[in-house]
Amino acid sequence: MDKNESDIIHKAEEFLKVFRKGEEFTQELLKENERLRYRTVQFEDQVKALQRRSEGPEIENLKDTIAHLEEEKTALINRYKAVEDENKDFAARYLEVEDENNNLANLYVASYQLHSTLDFTEVLTIVVEIIINLIGTDKFGIMLIDETTNELSFVASEGIDSIKNKKIKIGDGIIGDVAKTGENYFEENLESFHPASDLHPIVCIPLKIKDYIIGVIAIFSLMEQKNKKLTKIDYELLSMLAGHAATAIFSSKLYSQSERKLSTIQGFIDLLSNKNK
Amino acid sequence: MAAYNLLIVEDSPTMRQLISFSLKRLKNVKIVEATNGVDALKKLSEEKFSLIIADINMPLMDGLKLLSIIRSDPIYNNIPVIIVTTEGAEADREKGIKLGANAYLSKPIQTTELLKVVTGLLKIEN
Repeated sequence: MDKNESDIIHKAEEFLKVFRKGEEFTQELLKENERLRYRTVQFEDQVKALQRRSEGPEIENLKDTIAHLEEEKTALINRYKAVEDENKDFAARYLEVEDENNNLANLYVASYQLHSTLDFTEVLTIVVEIIINLIGTDKFGIMLIDETTNELSFVASEGIDSIKNKKIKIGDGIIGDVAKTGENYFEENLESFHPASDLHPIVCIPLKIKDYIIGVIAIFSLMEQKNKKLTKIDYELLSMLAGHAATAIFSSKLYSQSERKLSTIQGFIDLLSNKNK
Repeated sequence: MAAYNLLIVEDSPTMRQLISFSLKRLKNVKIVEATNGVDALKKLSEEKFSLIIADINMPLMDGLKLLSIIRSDPIYNNIPVIIVTTEGAEADREKGIKLGANAYLSKPIQTTELLKVVTGLLKIEN
């Protein structure tokens, strides 16, 4: 065998090897193809089964349940919002009640103190304390009417030394007018208030028992922390003072007069009984 | 027995009653009233107090003198003290704080503010 023949045989053997490998690879590809076809058929079956289920009553039930739950959720959200609004209302109401409670406490204390004594000087001190401590004023005066002269004069005051000896005729100016008409006077705009005179009050209330006016309370300025504002309770306290302070001042005055008369009468009785002895 | 014993030192009966009335809204408190600094020292020697509310302007012994005595006495110096001042009394207020006051309130006293300061100092819930 010459060299050419042995080369051809060698190449033929190599070709045969490559061909066999190709055959094996093709066999594997065919097997894989078959396996994949089988899987495809399986998936198709599963998809069909799922489609069948999605069109079934079970899904409809689930859809109904979801819709129902959605409705319930919306209703709960709405209820939550309503409760939240209600809570805000309650909180606001609570603050209002709290304020009202504080105001009532102030009114109670003021009224209690006013009627705790029959001493004229003590009553005046209490009215002064109420005006300073509960309303928050630093310049004011309590004026009573002298029925013989028809004039108002200060019986107690704070921070108004320059005018406390002045007298005002009933009907003169704001203070005299309040004493005449019995109507409360409140300066409308306290922030831009400029007094026309030293007897120009920001607030003037009559001291009256029913329609009988015995004097006035004139306020000329508020404490700095009041920020030039009167609160709701200030108006209530002032209105209360108009009646209660008048009654307390009037009754204490009557009481001290009757005490004086009593001691005079007692003096006479003692004198007469000593004479008879 | 009350958990908190509060001493109000104030010469004005109206203010005393108002402060006392406001503080009675707190739970577990007993309120004792004194009419001036001397009266307060007497009350302090008789029982223990959790807090003192003292006005500054009082006869016999004012609030600042009372405060300085309280702060210099090891028995009382831990008691929180609130001073009550009037408008235009910034100097008194500053003096009070320097002497060791824990808080101050300006007249007219607002109940809400009073309760807030007291509950804050006593660390109790309103």
